[in-house]
Amino acid sequence: MDKMPKWADIVLIPLISLLLAAFFSALVILAIGENPIEALKLMVDGALMRSSGWGYTLYYATNFIFTGLAVSVAFHARLFNIGGEGQAMLGGLGVALCCLYVPWPHWSLAILGASVGAALFGALWALIPAYLQAKRGSHIVITTIMFNFIAAAILNYVLVELLRPVGAMDPASAKFPDATHLPSFQDMFSTEGNKMFRGAPANVTFFLALAASVFVWLLMWRTKLGYQIRAFGHSESGALYAGISPVRITVIAMLISGALAGMMSVNTTMGESERLILNSTEGAGFIGIAVALMGRNHPFGVLLAAILFGFLYQGGAELALWTSIPRELIVVIQALVILFTGALDNMVREPLEKLFIAMRRRNA
Amino acid sequence: MTAPAIELKGISKAFGPVQANKDISISVQPGTIHGIIGENGAGKSTLMSILYGFYKADAGEIFIKGQKTLIPDSQAAIRAGIGMVFQHFKLVENFTVLENIILGAEEGAMLNSSLGNARKELKHLAEEYGLNVDPDEVIENLSVGHQQRVEILKALYRKAEILILDEPTGVLTPAEADQLFRILDRLREEGKTIILITHKLREIMEYTDTVSVMRRGEMTATVKTAETSPEHLAELMVGRKVLLRVDKKPAEPGATVLDIKGLRVVDEAGVERVKGIDLTVRAGEIVGIAGVAGNGQSELLEVLGGFADGTGTITMNGEAIPLSGHGADGQARRAAGISHVPEDRQREGLIMEFAAWENTVFGYHHSPEIQNGLLMDNKGIYTEAEAKMQRFDVRPPDPKLAAKNFSGGNQQKIVLAREIERNPDLLLIGQPTRGVDIGAIEFIHQQVVNLRDQGKAILLVSVELEEILSLADRVVVMFDGHITGERDAAQTNEKELGLLMAGITDTSAVANGNGGNDNSTQEVPADG
Repeated sequence: MDKMPKWADIVLIPLISLLLAAFFSALVILAIGENPIEALKLMVDGALMRSSGWGYTLYYATNFIFTGLAVSVAFHARLFNIGGEGQAMLGGLGVALCCLYVPWPHWSLAILGASVGAALFGALWALIPAYLQAKRGSHIVITTIMFNFIAAAILNYVLVELLRPVGAMDPASAKFPDATHLPSFQDMFSTEGNKMFRGAPANVTFFLALAASVFVWLLMWRTKLGYQIRAFGHSESGALYAGISPVRITVIAMLISGALAGMMSVNTTMGESERLILNSTEGAGFIGIAVALMGRNHPFGVLLAAILFGFLYQGGAELALWTSIPRELIVVIQALVILFTGALDNMVREPLEKLFIAMRRRNA
Repeated sequence: MTAPAIELKGISKAFGPVQANKDISISVQPGTIHGIIGENGAGKSTLMSILYGFYKADAGEIFIKGQKTLIPDSQAAIRAGIGMVFQHFKLVENFTVLENIILGAEEGAMLNSSLGNARKELKHLAEEYGLNVDPDEVIENLSVGHQQRVEILKALYRKAEILILDEPTGVLTPAEADQLFRILDRLREEGKTIILITHKLREIMEYTDTVSVMRRGEMTATVKTAETSPEHLAELMVGRKVLLRVDKKPAEPGATVLDIKGLRVVDEAGVERVKGIDLTVRAGEIVGIAGVAGNGQSELLEVLGGFADGTGTITMNGEAIPLSGHGADGQARRAAGISHVPEDRQREGLIMEFAAWENTVFGYHHSPEIQNGLLMDNKGIYTEAEAKMQRFDVRPPDPKLAAKNFSGGNQQKIVLAREIERNPDLLLIGQPTRGVDIGAIEFIHQQVVNLRDQGKAILLVSVELEEILSLADRVVVMFDGHITGERDAAQTNEKELGLLMAGITDTSAVANGNGGNDNSTQEVPADG
């Protein structure tokens, strides 16, 4: 018998964790002499009450959906891929090469090509740690972290020495051709008299992220491969018994994970900056870990968690803009959310489980 | 009348929604061996844990020698004169016997004086109860039987008057078990009280004075052993009549299905576990491999199942199967007609977090009939799982429940349903009834015999001699990676197999019906 109903596991626990995180964030804001209620109002106003706010929130969420899915797919195979950051950087390189060197006739083809490029580069960047883990037992946490640094160094070199247009000062590639411009939400949803999502970076890649969520759900719960990945993740000895090759599953799971992380840069590089810049990932690879944790490694959970973190990002930017609450405090709030929803999961879970058992016994 | 050595009154304990012990009362007279028998999950271990201070009872009282006693922790239990020998020994492997015995009972900061005192005391105990162990030997060099003696000595050193043994014979050879019971007899003569927890009816019948039966957390009966029978006890345990012997016709072996020649297996640590064995299994027969755990049987199964590498030749229906590299995995084995009920269903045979229906195709997830284009035919698998669970009487028959939520017996039925219904040419089956309750054992044995009667070959590995003797047609004994003997199951007995299991191939003495060899267990290796 499960200790508590499923809805409590999926909805109630994250909600309570979130409220706890909000409570402690409020204490911190009080401590620096600001009004937490005002702060919350500002965040909600800035991130959710105007369409342009949503445009930012969903833009960030798109990044987090991809990286969150990436972490969750690897995690189903009990692999902790914290190299999303590096895989996304290299994915950006894939996007840039696709956009700069292929003459695309239309953005719809360009986004497909760029997705393939991003996925390919991201997957290849995950392949080396995956191979080392599967064949040599080098711990994937260590190798993927190191590969983040290598990726950053490579990107730096490529931008400064190879892709930088002659005469340009900043380490960035040339602007992508106009044909690769992706429709933003502003382009898509504005009407003659009513401009929507004014100036916001959210673009058509958001729908690509939704499609990726559906794809991951189908993959993990409806295909043989997903079945094998999950079985391997739960029990390696069981996988061996069933004739599931640990080497094969480790490599495949990491390739998919790396590809998803890489695809994030379709959103940032192609959808927003329209050229490859340094540090376009802005830590989204790491946020993906928190998103996957909070989303219980389920695509739908990842989607919701990604939107929440998008809200925190955008709301945080608003706070920094309109109050004396420093930008760093936003990081503290995000950290509290991660702490309560991820790391301290059991703190909420155990009392809740006891409560449900006690209730059931009283009813019985 | 003397006060009972130990008396429990109305003990109850619940874990969440599960009532593990319900209003349990027993009273054990001093100087007796009292057996407690019950199926897995009947609440035996919980009761003993309460007695030893690991759990606190929700209700009830404990009296030691007529005195009401509170046992909040194991220190209090020791002070009350209770000693416990656990199923899994709690010894420090790289300490000597002496060091293990004083562990936690050291006197003062310096070890020397306690060691000296313990050595004297140990000598005294050894003389008094026949518990001979070299005090300076390191634990990991001792046989399992001797390690168990150290556990008993630990308890006696702490002045235990009441000794609780939890499934003490699970890891022993029959000869070692005999020696254990001789020691327990001695202890009883000296006035100690012994509580023996076991699921083996034979041990209860032979060695106890009184026996209590537990079922679903309740004490269903306490009877004098002399006034009961195994059938009656089994009925009390399960709650219905149980067939203790497998009902089967003589085997009609056909063509050779599995042929093993010169098989060697080296484990990951580089130790040779199987040292060149030859073995055949024919269609329509059950070959049982007997042996103390850790003598190469598991490795044999692993190679056959395709998840360990070996050298030598194995043919299946006349065709050689690869033993390492490409084609030596579980998928290739299944394709060759080998089904496998692994020894450890929780680590291997099932994914505990998967729902039962997902587990019904585990290992066969590549089968074309459960695919639906690119996706798996989950609906079809679910429907079939429902039917399978019905046919194999899995309880509760809910395919959505995760495997970990089923009892051991029902988990095993899920594995069996999956493997048997594949209609294999050869079924490998390891420890089919380990941790399985009596009611389910009967069912599982019947399924295996049915498969044999359909003309399938079956290779059975079990550490339960009784099971081997009742199920197998032919018995092969493994010791230290070798086959030490092969016997017709109908014409051998536990004594003879016991000698073979200890590596003694001259069994003429016991085959003629004489007693066993007392020194036979000296060379039995520790459980690996």
